[in-house]
Amino acid sequence: MQWASWSAFFNMGGYAFYVWFSFGLSLVCVILEVLALRKRRAQALRFARLLAQE
Amino acid sequence: MKINWFKYSSPQVFYPLAGKLIPWFAWLAAILALVGLYVSFMLAPTDFQQGEAYRIIFVHVPAAWMSMVIYIVMAAWAALGLALNARLSAMMAQALAPTGAIFTLLALVTGSLWGKPMWGAWWVWDARLTSELILLFLYLGFIALQSSIDDPRRADRAGALLALVGVVNVPIIYFSVKWWNTLHQGSSINMGAAPKMAATMLLGMLLMALAFWMYTVAVALMRVRCIMLERERNTDWVKELSLKTLSSQSIAGAK
Repeated sequence: MQWASWSAFFNMGGYAFYVWFSFGLSLVCVILEVLALRKRRAQALRFARLLAQE
Repeated sequence: MKINWFKYSSPQVFYPLAGKLIPWFAWLAAILALVGLYVSFMLAPTDFQQGEAYRIIFVHVPAAWMSMVIYIVMAAWAALGLALNARLSAMMAQALAPTGAIFTLLALVTGSLWGKPMWGAWWVWDARLTSELILLFLYLGFIALQSSIDDPRRADRAGALLALVGVVNVPIIYFSVKWWNTLHQGSSINMGAAPKMAATMLLGMLLMALAFWMYTVAVALMRVRCIMLERERNTDWVKELSLKTLSSQSIAGAK
């Protein structure tokens, strides 16, 4: 274990902004991409259903 | 036993297969990422030169690797689609592009966030950074070109040509730190030489890279399924499928 305390962990040796921004942004990208794909699939299915019911 | 691979090149057969594979890759990605983050933040030691700021490496390097790997895989699918006139290959190329663009953007932004405290600059026009920026433009160009052509077959061919020409940029990115004097540091891992870093650091980086890889497969399969539904909306199999999902979706209240 590298850290004396949780606050030392969050502080990242003074580089908290740079480190947490990097990891946070990556997480946001992953979440947004997955949500966008789920929405796109539902939309594609809905559109196909409209075509099928015509 | 002989497997008929061409059977799987039909969207109708591939769609349910991809659906079964997605959860496996997603879970693998999640588990690898959790273990990778644990190794990266709890086991890997502080860097003697860069302090804790170096920990950006655990997202920066895997993202940069994936940006290049995805481009090569995308170009290979595009080439296969061009050579065999295969629908599914072209769809795979199309499905990989947005994820590749996201990883390229992440590599650039996390690199910027690392460059500021270490170099004192968010951005410098050195060979590594510039060629990676060009990679982002290649991805965006591929996506824009494909979506600007209405006929999907023609869009596939045009996109494939752009993707293939752009492949020349990948070795330029990879070797840029050797060929030119760059501010960007040289690679810590070289083929055929011992890595210049602590074993736990290396392990964290490899685990994160594997997690990104599994994630890429999962989202590319999700996206290729969407593309199939959109492109084949007039076929019977998509119509049947859409009617089958009607009841389950309206109950779940899915948007």
